[in-house]
Amino acid sequence: MGHHSYEESKKKVFMGMILLGVVTLIEVIFSLFGKGHLGWDPHSSGNVTIFGFSFNIIILIVALIIIALSLYKAYFIIFEFMHMKYEAKGLAWTVLLPTTLLIWAVIAFFQEGSEWNNSREQIKTYDERVIDEADAFSGERGETKLINENMMPKDKDE
Amino acid sequence: MANDTLIKEEVELQDNSWEGGKPPFKVSYGKLMMWYFLLSDAFTFAGFLIAYGAIRFSSATWPIPDVVFSTVPFGLEEYFTFWGGHAPLLFVTFMSFLLIISSVTMVRAVQEGHRENKRGVVYWMFLTILGGLGFLGCQAWEWSNLIGKEHMTVTQNPFGTHTEGGTYLEGDGHHIHKGDTFRAGDGYLIHMDKKTHEFHKLAYKTESGEVKHQEMGPKAFGALFFFITGFHGFHVFSGVVFLIIIMINVMTGLYVKRKNGYEMVEKMGLYWHFVDLVWVFVFLVFYLL
Repeated sequence: MGHHSYEESKKKVFMGMILLGVVTLIEVIFSLFGKGHLGWDPHSSGNVTIFGFSFNIIILIVALIIIALSLYKAYFIIFEFMHMKYEAKGLAWTVLLPTTLLIWAVIAFFQEGSEWNNSREQIKTYDERVIDEADAFSGERGETKLINENMMPKDKDE
Repeated sequence: MANDTLIKEEVELQDNSWEGGKPPFKVSYGKLMMWYFLLSDAFTFAGFLIAYGAIRFSSATWPIPDVVFSTVPFGLEEYFTFWGGHAPLLFVTFMSFLLIISSVTMVRAVQEGHRENKRGVVYWMFLTILGGLGFLGCQAWEWSNLIGKEHMTVTQNPFGTHTEGGTYLEGDGHHIHKGDTFRAGDGYLIHMDKKTHEFHKLAYKTESGEVKHQEMGPKAFGALFFFITGFHGFHVFSGVVFLIIIMINVMTGLYVKRKNGYEMVEKMGLYWHFVDLVWVFVFLVFYLL
């Protein structure tokens, strides 16, 4: 604050509202477009595989655009509305720098998530084996395999 | 000469910044700590949203957001005939606008505070409170619609996704009719039978001629949705409570006596913008992607 006159600041805030509103609207339009609600079906385009994930190319591009727009919104809110622009550099760095740790968190956990997805079959076989071994050990044979259709292991009834 | 003194003072200020007396970041303790609180809160929210992403990637299928969030109050979605009686994402877009507008009115309240304009601060804070309450009202409707009408809870999720194409062998009396075709990746909602209180899983014939039934979607979706939007909604609620308290303080003239340009309103503003900031990411992760 104090860098602009009162009237200028008021106008800037109003323009900020328009900007955020328009960016949100563009995001929603892109999202609806990517989901095929705007008359064109993205399923008709091909798939690409990146780091083991299979993506529809158009949906991937749309998603990246939406993420970029959201990051821009975040930047605008922090730097304009929260006045980070006008704070001491040191303050800005101590708040913003730690958030870069999240970049690795996102990469690591998403990779981990897709790994769980890939190893579901393996987990299922493992769980069946464990249950079989437990049955053999206790000398009981369960009437049913305690595995349901969704391949999720269930706790054995005592 | 005057310039030299100025430079000298500046150098001294930098050298002595660790010796106390002057805040090195040129902000008050309260404002600095508000920033660090928000940083820690950002990590909490990031943890939740990253967990959502990891679980979404770990699931073979995931509910389609524009199928899940395609209702608007008063049954107005029926008028969107070109989308088959659905209004995908429109209601949450409205909610986003509400939060953006309330963020803007908060900026105005802070500006009026800097000018020591008590009436202005109260006026714009009041509008901010209305925006926050409006958002909470919308969220209450969204939740009650999902829980009461569509029967999604933290432990069950009737929103599924087809993994292969096919043709329905029966209709559900809502939007799906007998003979409707679908493709892999299309989402659906399994309706609950009003009499038996059981989910009516529709039979369909796959392209290879097999007869199968719809399956419930991944449970985790409901739990993550209610937990994360609930946590955000709780932030909005606390924000509204604090806004009301501070607005009353403004009205009593408490901050006039402090003569610091209504700094308490500014700190509250930081929190309120943060709530808007978190919504940007909740909106991105749950609704847009």
